[in-house]
Amino acid sequence: MTATHPLPLQAAARQRTEPQRPVEKIAVLDLHKSFGSIEVLKGISLKANQGDVIAILGSSGSGKSTLLRCVNFLETPDSGDVVVCGEHVRMRRRRDGRRVPADPAQLTRVRTRASMVFQSFNLWPHMTILENVIEAPVHVQRRPRKDCIEEAEALLDRVGLAAKRHEYPAVLSGGQQQRAAIARALASHPEVLLFDEPTSALDPELVGEVLKVMRSLAEEGRTMLVVTHEMGFARHVSTRSLFLHQGRVEEEGPSAEMFAHPRTDRFRQFIQRAQS
Amino acid sequence: MDLSFLQATLLTLLGGLPLTLNLTACSVLLGGAGALVLALMRTSGLVLLSGPARAYVFVFRGTPLLIQLFMVYYGLGQFRPALQELGLWSFFRDPYYCAVLAMAMNTAAYASEIIRGGVASVPPGALEAASACGMRPLMRLRRIVLPLAIRQALPAYGNELVLMAKATSLASTITLMEVTGLAGKMIAQTYRAVEIFACAGLIYLLLTFFLTRAVLLLEWRLSPRRPRRQPAPPTIRITGEPA
Repeated sequence: MTATHPLPLQAAARQRTEPQRPVEKIAVLDLHKSFGSIEVLKGISLKANQGDVIAILGSSGSGKSTLLRCVNFLETPDSGDVVVCGEHVRMRRRRDGRRVPADPAQLTRVRTRASMVFQSFNLWPHMTILENVIEAPVHVQRRPRKDCIEEAEALLDRVGLAAKRHEYPAVLSGGQQQRAAIARALASHPEVLLFDEPTSALDPELVGEVLKVMRSLAEEGRTMLVVTHEMGFARHVSTRSLFLHQGRVEEEGPSAEMFAHPRTDRFRQFIQRAQS
Repeated sequence: MDLSFLQATLLTLLGGLPLTLNLTACSVLLGGAGALVLALMRTSGLVLLSGPARAYVFVFRGTPLLIQLFMVYYGLGQFRPALQELGLWSFFRDPYYCAVLAMAMNTAAYASEIIRGGVASVPPGALEAASACGMRPLMRLRRIVLPLAIRQALPAYGNELVLMAKATSLASTITLMEVTGLAGKMIAQTYRAVEIFACAGLIYLLLTFFLTRAVLLLEWRLSPRRPRRQPAPPTIRITGEPA
């Protein structure tokens, strides 16, 4: 027992120093967005700390994809604030009244920190898989090409596509394309990963291979926002869930708790429908 | 059939081929650059830019090349004092420059529409992915939009290339001695129109044949379905960690 004695002390010491403030990666405050006369987001707030995997759920039209696209400004919110890795994205109003990000350099920085994986993969069809992966590091971040290639090959190896690196996207299956897109998203060393329904365009038998990669990312402590219809992923992999209904957050909380004890009728119905 | 006459004709007319090629190359290169600018103006979404581009295309696509050629060569001759003052007279006095200018302006109008179609065909997802990884508009244009647009536009552009190669025959009307010009001169001397025009036609036929082949080759080279390099010999990796 004497040999193990110091251990509990060390643990106790760690306990005292470790409960430091969690590092906030994404903060969205009171986001509003309309398309024409349709208000898609009606004041949504969201917080993601380092290591959070947040599942964004909701039926189609609930605004979940729009919310995600507002985080890296593929859509510009009408009002509200977005803070990415502590950096508040400044907006300005154009002469025609539309709001746009004020500082292009800041926008590039924010987009590099929060990489996006799309529903329809969106690989660049004129580049090989390897070229797709090194494109942003080489041209946007201007890192040495040789390093980028080495790193890209390791990433492609990790997602199981090392043998496909000189193929073009068109000859790959959907699952392979999506895994390549995940490697591309990882290549720019992002601090947050945004997934916009990453498995919705896939044949059912290809969903598993993509989810497996996403699960391994979650397990290594990456911060992820995942818009998804995969209830299994939301329930068992994500740390927190956010259920949207008609542009508002209807229910949110730790995923395990939310799925075990849904507080709202709508979320209960939503889970039941997904299971049936 | 007078074979020796045909042979002599062919050899004489081939003497005009360098000029025909020169006119084609210069007008297509210049026109291509102009087309790119016009297409970007058209797709910019700014009325201040797209309006003039639209008007330009309307005028130059809507009037015959021959009239444009005469306008530049004969028409501008009326403003000789003004052009002399600007130091441009030595340019507009030379039928070669006038021909290149007129043909480049003409092909720019057509080709800009072809490129515009190519730009419109770029999948929106590819653009979104480019924006999402932090590319600014100019880099997005250079790295994503234009490579995709040009691949898409290439078959139609090949067509325009062939049309321009044949349109250089109009330069003979402003005294240039390219293939058609030489043919005209020979006919005036021999009155043997059939043989001479047949020879001229044959030269154009061969020229366009090689042009279309070249475009096909380029299309094949740029087609994204084939691995560009041979895959490197497989390396055995112990772990997924970067070295």
